[in-house]
Amino acid sequence: MDSLLEIKNLHARVDGKPILKGLDLVIPTGEVHAIMGPNGSGKSTLAYVLTGRDGYEVTEGEVLYKGRDLLTLTPEQRAGEGMFLAFQYPVEIPGVPNTTFLKEALNAQRKYRGEDPLDAMEFVKLMRRKTKELGISDDLIKRQVNVGFSGGEKKRNEVLQMAILEPTLAVLDETDSGLDIDALKIVAEGVNALRAPDRSALIITHYQRLLEYIVPDRVHVLAHGRIARSGGKELAIELERTGYAAFAEAAA
Amino acid sequence: MPESASPTTAQSFVAQFGALRDTLPGAGLPWLRELREDGIARFAKLGLPGPKVEAWKYTRLRPLERIGFVPAGAAAQVDLDKLPALLPHTGVGHRVVFVNGRLRQCLALLADQPEGVELGGLADALRHDPDPLAAELGRNGNGARARDGQPLFALNTAMMQDGLVLRVRRGISVALPIEVIYVGAPGPEPVAFHPRNLIVLEPGARATVVEHHIGLGAGAYFANGGTDIRIEEGAQLHHYKIQDEGPEAIHIATTHVELARDALYDGFILSKGARLSRQEVAVQLAGEGSECHLNGAYMLRGEQHCDITTTIDHLAPRTSSREVFKGVIDDQARAVFQGRITVHRDAQQSNGHQLSKALLLSDRAEIDAKPELEIFADDVKCSHGATVGDLDRDALFYLRARGIPEAAARDILIEAFLAETINNIAAEGLCPALMSSIGHWLGGTTGRTEP
Repeated sequence: MDSLLEIKNLHARVDGKPILKGLDLVIPTGEVHAIMGPNGSGKSTLAYVLTGRDGYEVTEGEVLYKGRDLLTLTPEQRAGEGMFLAFQYPVEIPGVPNTTFLKEALNAQRKYRGEDPLDAMEFVKLMRRKTKELGISDDLIKRQVNVGFSGGEKKRNEVLQMAILEPTLAVLDETDSGLDIDALKIVAEGVNALRAPDRSALIITHYQRLLEYIVPDRVHVLAHGRIARSGGKELAIELERTGYAAFAEAAA
Repeated sequence: MPESASPTTAQSFVAQFGALRDTLPGAGLPWLRELREDGIARFAKLGLPGPKVEAWKYTRLRPLERIGFVPAGAAAQVDLDKLPALLPHTGVGHRVVFVNGRLRQCLALLADQPEGVELGGLADALRHDPDPLAAELGRNGNGARARDGQPLFALNTAMMQDGLVLRVRRGISVALPIEVIYVGAPGPEPVAFHPRNLIVLEPGARATVVEHHIGLGAGAYFANGGTDIRIEEGAQLHHYKIQDEGPEAIHIATTHVELARDALYDGFILSKGARLSRQEVAVQLAGEGSECHLNGAYMLRGEQHCDITTTIDHLAPRTSSREVFKGVIDDQARAVFQGRITVHRDAQQSNGHQLSKALLLSDRAEIDAKPELEIFADDVKCSHGATVGDLDRDALFYLRARGIPEAAARDILIEAFLAETINNIAAEGLCPALMSSIGHWLGGTTGRTEP
């Protein structure tokens, strides 16, 4: 099987308003793709359609993941199948410790895949190893999920979750926005550490900056709900120079 | 018996009192006889509380009125060794068991108990040493001071047969919790009982009392409890209650707490059982510097109705109160929260904070929240608030997107919501027992599917 994700003629709407209008995209197994585009082009909608959020209604087209229909799966089934979304705005969950949350998530996914759950000791070991690798402080995992975290801490926490859950397809929704250079490097290291022949990633970003640290195999420009142009990593550099104005006009 | 055939009315209770008055404990004590007669007269005058009484506006006693209750007779057959224990045996200093309101067991579980702890049943105390009880039992005047006149507390005073009596002598600190298990054991006929508890902490004393109310079987019974608590200067009482009565039970509990200078009352109520329940707590911060924490959580489903009605009176300077109640309401269940804080004229430099938060898990669930703040002093800090909502959809999606199935994700969020109130209680050792009580409730939530 060559392609991990295959999106064909995808149309989706939110609150009755069409956002995605015939999007086609193929991500082969083992590749990292970037989607860039102006605000309002449908980048986050694509991320939510892929992960199954309520209110994002697919009206036409199909999405195949590992060759199977993705859209009939619940969000938790998709996660169990190895899909991970790094949220643009990670949610605060008062009263739930980060470690409890991560353990529940990992063991729920293991259960879905028919694997034995990790016991408390095994989990602590895994957690220690991952936080050390990413240079994330222990303090972060003891606190309640994202509660009172700075913007950078929230994004680090997303990367830590990704490192622990080891997804087959990681979708990063503007994970770089609002990050300083150190936090950006942590995000990039997290993604690069997961690069493997059997894993893929989709990096959604507005800026080219993150792509200096995560070098993509392909870059796509999303404008007005469709892929307007695709190219190699040099396309990102070109966009940084020219901006998105050309796509705004082309589609108008 | 004829009572069981006809529905319950105020008259049926008055008739029951008439038949029992000469056989009730302490019938030979003039002061008690007078107190009881006064109670039944008050009750007869006020009747069963109905919609016209402001304090009962949101709670109807229909489940009580539909059924005829007979007075609980000699204790039912209950195997005390098989009662579910809330606390681990090793973590309890004393265990006291009441069945249908009557004392069945009073055990010191550890050999080394401090001197100065008097613990037993009311019926025994009235038989052997009634004099100290006279002032205590009459203290709250049959509820005359309360805003609704407390007819059910008056009924309790008239009909009381037994209950917990605890007195901790000056300066004595009781390290381990005293666990009190109240068992409702319905027989062939619905029974009513009116336990009356009395807790007095002398100056500087400390104690933790954990009440566990449970029901055996699915039958109806009416537990109409009354509790008088007096905490003297510098004493501290931690008083935690788990109401997990049977599914058809009616549980009414009226509690009066009076605090002297620098005394502390740390109260917590977890309410999850009974068809109909009402916790009415009235706290008098009468001594300067006294402090009250009143927290609680409730979990309701089916057609359950739970009423939390609290009154906190700041009567002296530098008093403080903190009150947080949180609840989760599913199906067609209904909750009532009425909280009133009154800061009286002399209670300068006091602070009072109150918060009510409810999660509605179904379209037909309901809460009526009525927070009230009355301030007659000018140098005080007070706040109150009430919120109602459903589960945070963003949080739910976040958990599911990480692979946690929807039902489990909902449980995580509900548990976290309720945990805040439990984390407020001072005796941390009891938190695991309370949390597991929430966990058991979640295990039985309706309308959900396990993947």
